[in-house]
Amino acid sequence: MSMISFPPPPPCPEAEELRAEVRAFLRTELAGLPPQIRAESWMGADKEFSRKVAERGWIAMTWPKQYGGHERSALERYVVLEEMLAAGAPVGYHWVADRQSGPLILRAGTEAMRQKVLPQIAAGTCGFCIGMSEPDSGSDLAATRTRATPVDGGFRVNGTKLWTSGAHRADYMILFCRTGPGERHEGTSQLLVDLHNTPGLTIRGVRALSGERHFNECVFTDAFIPEDAVIGKLGDGWAQVTSELAYERSGPERFLSTFVLLVELLRALGPNPSERAAIAIGRITAHIIALRRMSRSVAGMLQAGKNPALEAAMVKELGNNLEQELPEIARSLIESEPDATSTQDYVAVLAHDMMYAPSFSLRGGTREILRGMIARGLGLR
Amino acid sequence: MDAPSSLIQDSANRLFAEHITTALRVDAEAGQFPHALWNAVEEAGLTRALLPEAAGGFGIGAAEALSLMAVAGAHAAPIPLAETMLAGWMLAQAGLDMPDGVLSIAPVRLSDRLTIDAAGRVTGTAARIPWGRDAACIVVLAQRDAENIVALVPASAVTVTAGQNIAREPRDTLVFGGIALAHGAAAVTADQVHLLGAALRSQQIAGALGRVIETTTQYAGDRIQFGRPIGKFQAIQHHLAIVAAHHAAAAAAADGAAEAVEAGLRPLPIAAAKLRTGEAAGIAAGLAHQIHGAIGFTYEHHLHFLTKRLWSWRDEFGAEPEWAARLGRHFAAAGADALWAEITAA
Repeated sequence: MSMISFPPPPPCPEAEELRAEVRAFLRTELAGLPPQIRAESWMGADKEFSRKVAERGWIAMTWPKQYGGHERSALERYVVLEEMLAAGAPVGYHWVADRQSGPLILRAGTEAMRQKVLPQIAAGTCGFCIGMSEPDSGSDLAATRTRATPVDGGFRVNGTKLWTSGAHRADYMILFCRTGPGERHEGTSQLLVDLHNTPGLTIRGVRALSGERHFNECVFTDAFIPEDAVIGKLGDGWAQVTSELAYERSGPERFLSTFVLLVELLRALGPNPSERAAIAIGRITAHIIALRRMSRSVAGMLQAGKNPALEAAMVKELGNNLEQELPEIARSLIESEPDATSTQDYVAVLAHDMMYAPSFSLRGGTREILRGMIARGLGLR
Repeated sequence: MDAPSSLIQDSANRLFAEHITTALRVDAEAGQFPHALWNAVEEAGLTRALLPEAAGGFGIGAAEALSLMAVAGAHAAPIPLAETMLAGWMLAQAGLDMPDGVLSIAPVRLSDRLTIDAAGRVTGTAARIPWGRDAACIVVLAQRDAENIVALVPASAVTVTAGQNIAREPRDTLVFGGIALAHGAAAVTADQVHLLGAALRSQQIAGALGRVIETTTQYAGDRIQFGRPIGKFQAIQHHLAIVAAHHAAAAAAADGAAEAVEAGLRPLPIAAAKLRTGEAAGIAAGLAHQIHGAIGFTYEHHLHFLTKRLWSWRDEFGAEPEWAARLGRHFAAAGADALWAEITAA
């Protein structure tokens, strides 16, 4: 009855077989990995783990085989993603490449680019970071100032990208920048930047409030980028970057970031929780059950070739709220003081999630941007 | 039920749109049962949607049958369609024929208990029975020793004390003391009746929420303040975005519950749906009223026909804490390491 609908997720029996395989793999590979490491969720990275995931064919799952992909369905891919997140697997090295950079290159990249980069992503040996935000361009992405000026054989790039998660361990960045005349959305493009081979690019760590390094400042000072690094057509940057954001927002990582805390909370509460605790746990799980259905519906829409950007925004809006609520609920049920150095798993995981929770509704599009998108979908803008 | 709507949903939608007016809802609140609407609903076969084709059903799955209640919910239909569907389902479980006419069920509260003797005499008290005063018969789940018996009790065998929910739908206390027209042993339990009731209410809430977002979006586009439609203000847009997101989650959860009914009344998705729709109901009703301002607080404006039902339905067939506790106890007993497997299997 409303204009925004989530069709029932299509049945996918193959996905359930796959689920058992993924669980068996994770049981072996993650044996002994402490909860406080698992709590890093998709911010946690381990190149060796990514390589093993790739060996099983669980990266680049939906891409054509000619580029190293496996031509499986979006629903099968969804199962792999949610199993990895629920287990707290360190997927951070390959996550962005698999989720959005690879699909962008597949859609808009040159043939040479596809042949060079996609098989490496599929092999789990190539990580990406997202070069969108800048010091003066956060939610307002069209305010981007980094400029690539045409020179002989390529571009000379000047500008600063900020909050670039994982740039210090990634191999490539997709740089959103100005390449032509025009204001705002016009004259923007995306360039493939080789982080190991771009003189004039300096990557500095920016410590998060937890003291840890996840994101970076990437400064381009007369950096040379060759002309064959252009993804898609010059000037098509805005259309490409907005379609990329649909991929960035559609997955289960938008409501499972604190799932490890729920597991440790349940463990700490034991098999016979108080009525109050049972109600709190039940409420969270009911929300997860509903969000899973919505998120699988989004996977079904992707599979059917639709663009569920609006539905993805809704999942992220609701999911982020739930992720952020969980540490607050946890502390109302168990008396403890969060301590990241504690040997008690629950206390350490709570400390981790308490400090990371503010980022959930900032990264990948702020709550305010998402609500604006939903309002536009309702016809209010 | 937002997904591609079926022919049956479309025809139900047309039927409700044709018959239900503000005047009809006002009269219903004043105690006048809408007989013409009811007769049309019965003639269209909606009351038998949960039954097999041989018993007058459409030959559709239970999930699609339940989705009709989202349509009814969107229209704030002041009739016991969900209750009559549920009554027919209970009769079918006992191999009894479903009569025409308005039906309701008893008990609806887990704490109420009815008994039936060998002669078919039903005794006991059941509170909060929907449309108890209007029902031609009440379908009861009663105990004889440890056995569950479904019985069809005529109105003449009950004494009615009137009560109502805040939408002024009848919610009566019935004292039973007469012989059933028919009865039979059934494999149905009080828990199953409760689950099916919760799944039906979840659909009603989801449907009503869909209409709330529609009507509130429309209002925000029409109402001018400070020289422009209030829907142009970011604060209002964000309120509406929140309502829309909660509606989407409620609809997804209610659809999951409908599928769970079809799959044999699997409890966890139904529990999740009643909780999720109930929570969405409170949030959406509050914001819808905030956006409508004073006019939405009047009896004259139609918003309250939806919001009063949302506030009522969320407490019927188990409010959020009851279903949350049930889910919580289930997952706690399964243990932390089984949590994810239990969620994916739910």
